[in-house]
Amino acid sequence: MAKEIYSRYPMVKYLRKEALPTALCPGCGGGTVLNAFANAVDQLRIDPKDLVVVSGIGCSAWIASPYFLADTLHTTHGRAIAFATGVKVGLPDKKVVVISGDGDLASIGGNHLIHAARRNIDITVILVNNMIYGMTGGQVAPTTPFGAKTTTSPYRNIEHPLQISETVAAAGASYVARWTTAHVYQLIESIKKALQVKGFSLVEVVSQCPVQFGRRNRMKEPAEMLRWFLKNSVPISKAKKMSPEELEGKFVIGEFVNRERPEFVSELNKLIDEVQEHFGLKGEDDGV
Amino acid sequence: MPIRTVMKANEAAAWAAKLAKPKVIAAFPITPSTLVPEKISEFVADGELDAEFIKVESEHSAISACVGASAAGVRTFTATASQGLALMHEILFIAAGMRLPIVIAVGNRALSAPINIWNDWQDTISERDTGWLQFYAENNQEALDLILIAFKVAEDERVLLPAMVGFDAFILTHTVEPVEIPDQEVVDEFLGEYEPKHAYLDPARPITQGALGFPAHYMEARYTVWEANENAKKVIDEVFAEFEKKFGRKYQKVEEYRTEDAEVIFVTMGSLAGTVKEYVDHLREQGLKVGVAKLTVYRPFPTEEVRELAKKAKVLALLEKNVTFSVGGALFQDFSRALVNLDERPKIVDFILGLGGRDVTFKDLDEALAIAQRALNGEEFDEVNWIGLRKEIL
Repeated sequence: MAKEIYSRYPMVKYLRKEALPTALCPGCGGGTVLNAFANAVDQLRIDPKDLVVVSGIGCSAWIASPYFLADTLHTTHGRAIAFATGVKVGLPDKKVVVISGDGDLASIGGNHLIHAARRNIDITVILVNNMIYGMTGGQVAPTTPFGAKTTTSPYRNIEHPLQISETVAAAGASYVARWTTAHVYQLIESIKKALQVKGFSLVEVVSQCPVQFGRRNRMKEPAEMLRWFLKNSVPISKAKKMSPEELEGKFVIGEFVNRERPEFVSELNKLIDEVQEHFGLKGEDDGV
Repeated sequence: MPIRTVMKANEAAAWAAKLAKPKVIAAFPITPSTLVPEKISEFVADGELDAEFIKVESEHSAISACVGASAAGVRTFTATASQGLALMHEILFIAAGMRLPIVIAVGNRALSAPINIWNDWQDTISERDTGWLQFYAENNQEALDLILIAFKVAEDERVLLPAMVGFDAFILTHTVEPVEIPDQEVVDEFLGEYEPKHAYLDPARPITQGALGFPAHYMEARYTVWEANENAKKVIDEVFAEFEKKFGRKYQKVEEYRTEDAEVIFVTMGSLAGTVKEYVDHLREQGLKVGVAKLTVYRPFPTEEVRELAKKAKVLALLEKNVTFSVGGALFQDFSRALVNLDERPKIVDFILGLGGRDVTFKDLDEALAIAQRALNGEEFDEVNWIGLRKEIL
């Protein structure tokens, strides 16, 4: 039965069939993200051999590892981008993609996210934001909406969530976009752009965790969460005309930045060339 | 009246924290320890525990917030495991060096890579050189009791060191067992209010903590941590005695079971001690002279008790869920050091088993016993033995 379903799924060629089915809960947004990523890779005709996918810890870290049939590096909590930085500098010709969650990349590892954007290293980050620590059972995270209930904020959350895309755009990334799992086509297009941009690119995907987030916030069905996303999504152009009060509890969607800025690995290799030339070392070593 | 109920070790740890009345708890979720802060956050939210519960964004921040709060002079508590404890590593030294009696509950779990959420002791064992006191619980009641004991020992003026209490991931953290919750008044009497008399931050009397220690002073600072660890040995005995008087449960640094006339004594820690006690009963029925000793306290290392134990056996068989590569288990190193200068000493055989949550069965223990018996009979034996390896996948 399961095998038959896989055989009808056109993107199955990108998956490790022996690892399926995934460990994700029914109704999780992670499958949508995996599907969107596989479609983007397919449409761009990227050879998976040219990809290295890095993830940290948490449910979203399982989206690509072990299921996506490319080199995958499953690392420690929060540090996926730091590991990916090493991979990119070591293998500058590969496309290095980080797929992980908000609890991983924007909370415990938030510092790496900001500084990779500042450095503008050519890595694509797909940050799956389910607004909660899902894997450990639904604790409040730095991305949990104001007022939401979690196991560690049983009455309501009194902290305001980090605005991930806005922060990364301000830090200097070349490309930043935010969509929800209810915007699959836009998501695929943004992942495609992110993979082609030279520099740091972030695609934030607001995603549903019906088990840990939805159940405690009157949305136990995945569809209810998707409807919540659709109802509260505001395009950037419209958001610009709204007050902070009006934007409270809204998901601002669209492209935040798409710009050319000097990229870290190119700058690093340029510097190596300059120094080698200065000291007459050209030809002795091919550099990085 | 104490309440007799059933609960998981994680809940027992949360109850211990509630009874100890810390003023600040800072924690970050991690399997298998998450339930501890979750339960505490409920206590705080429902007004049953008057404390600040800080939902930090990493374990590094959790222990840092505890250091800050403890340095300001209040009782603090947190819980973590595995990678979380490893991420705290840097701050663990700072807590010990600043002499801050923080208590951590640790759901003992294996370390990456590969990622593994199940039980072994590598997380706490790897922190044995930080200066922290270390206790290991055999069951859920011990998890609760040892946290109260840890606070009392840690805050003693002769000690003033942080302490961690380990209890095995899933085997205890997620398993429901009968637990007696002591009376709050009796715990209050036992622990009292924490009133630091040493260095703590107070704007009315400014001091500097954690500043640069030049070569002229650094060694002395380290030596005081050594001394405090030595002092803790006596203090632990006193606190164990007082605990028994107040709560009726007896603790010993090294707890022996059926060691009288034993030729082979198994030595272990944590929940594995329960399994090995059963195993020893089973062997005793067959007439074999075997016993078991459990280390309830691992740091400070109970050297004197271990030397007494060594007099009783011809072979000490160490069963440990940790590795120090190219040496064996950490207990092997510690036991060898404790006994090396004695004129007469038993043979020591080391067994590494149960890593990453692999069950330890009687069959595994049979394998260990056979090697221990070779040592007993004066035959050749390997000093370090990995038990239960699946050779077919190696």
